[in-house]
Amino acid sequence: MVDVMSFTDEQCQFDAIIEAEEKIEPRDWMPEKYRLNLVRQMSQHAHSEVVGQLPEGNWIGRAPTLRRKAILLAKVQDEAGHGLYLYSAAETLGVSREEMMNDLLIGKAKYASIFNYPTLTWADVGAIGWLVDGAAIVNQISLCRTSYGPYARAMVKICKEESFHMRQGYEIMQVLAEGAAAQKAMAQDALNRWWWPTLMMFGPHDSESANSQQSMKWKIKRQSNDELRQKFVDQTVKQADHLGLAIPDQDLKWNEERGHYDFGPIDWEEFARVVKGGGLCNDARLEARRKANNEGQWVKDALMAYAEKHSRSDVDQVA
Amino acid sequence: MLKGHFPLWEVFVRGRRGLDHKHIGSLHASDADQAMKSARDTYTRRQEGVSIWVVRAEDIHASQFENDASFFDPAEDKVYRHPTFYEVPEELKL
Ligand SMILES: [Fe+2]
Ligand SMILES: [Fe+2]
Repeated sequence: MVDVMSFTDEQCQFDAIIEAEEKIEPRDWMPEKYRLNLVRQMSQHAHSEVVGQLPEGNWIGRAPTLRRKAILLAKVQDEAGHGLYLYSAAETLGVSREEMMNDLLIGKAKYASIFNYPTLTWADVGAIGWLVDGAAIVNQISLCRTSYGPYARAMVKICKEESFHMRQGYEIMQVLAEGAAAQKAMAQDALNRWWWPTLMMFGPHDSESANSQQSMKWKIKRQSNDELRQKFVDQTVKQADHLGLAIPDQDLKWNEERGHYDFGPIDWEEFARVVKGGGLCNDARLEARRKANNEGQWVKDALMAYAEKHSRSDVDQVA
Repeated sequence: MLKGHFPLWEVFVRGRRGLDHKHIGSLHASDADQAMKSARDTYTRRQEGVSIWVVRAEDIHASQFENDASFFDPAEDKVYRHPTFYEVPEELKL
């Protein structure tokens, strides 16, 4: 027998909105698990934007030309902005900025584990823009249709800004690939190191991911990890060919029947190790965030003291 | 404020789920509750919205028109923030 009491009016209305492909908005009733699931995903997404500034930030001072330096600065600045859009959207779910930040700083919250890999050469900046931003775009375009209104709107804004990130990265790769033998080798080396971690960005295989099945039901996620990963591989092969660079996968080949590229197995042990903190840069990334937080505190304090003093003197003047 | 004069409120309406609240106009009302009811009657008589925000006009801080040019100037010469700045093959759909 169906337990009628477990379906409240609110639940029915929520289900109907999801069913109708409409958006849930901040003051709507929502199941607590839906809210918590969103808080987790959106804050992780925000943290990824913020921590994602660090690998590229490493090269701002060493960009090869003034043009490249200005571009890289603008890109990293955009990523900070993306973090802010996402934290604000998450705050509409009743979680505070301080809580989210604190969870990141104490190592409780996750962020995209791709950012725990080091940027060893200038070609890495190209590879990140081309591959990492490219993968992020595939994911974020899908999320423009997520069921939570503020998240969907943040994604639309972010997607508009991402396009230049990928193109500037590809342009860097193009210049290197058309350059001297050593430059081309540098580009190939960057592709070799970033390819597999980029495929891991889409998360575990669908069969391994219980979390994402529930997310799909709620339409928080619109396409599965494997679907998105496949889409990324399919679009990237042509781009690598054009550069004259080889994707480091012997199993990569066109499958006429499926209408997609087949590709080799992903090293999920490496993925698990890096997520758990065993990547080359996990400690350095968190340390950099803590340092920024601690060393910036006096600026926040000074601004608040100034604001308080002025609101007092306003009152004095009125009196 | 002069006695008997209602304060000014700015009204924002969400047309339907999924859209941002958009500024639609203003009105005078004694308090938030009255402002909300007036906003409903003034701006959503034909189901123009599913959600309304009312904000006291005096709580809105606006950029000054005479300073706008210099205020927004830092973005003017940064053409590289736009995707069209980069020369990459269009057929690759980057
Ligand atoms: Fe971003
Ligand atoms: Fe980006």
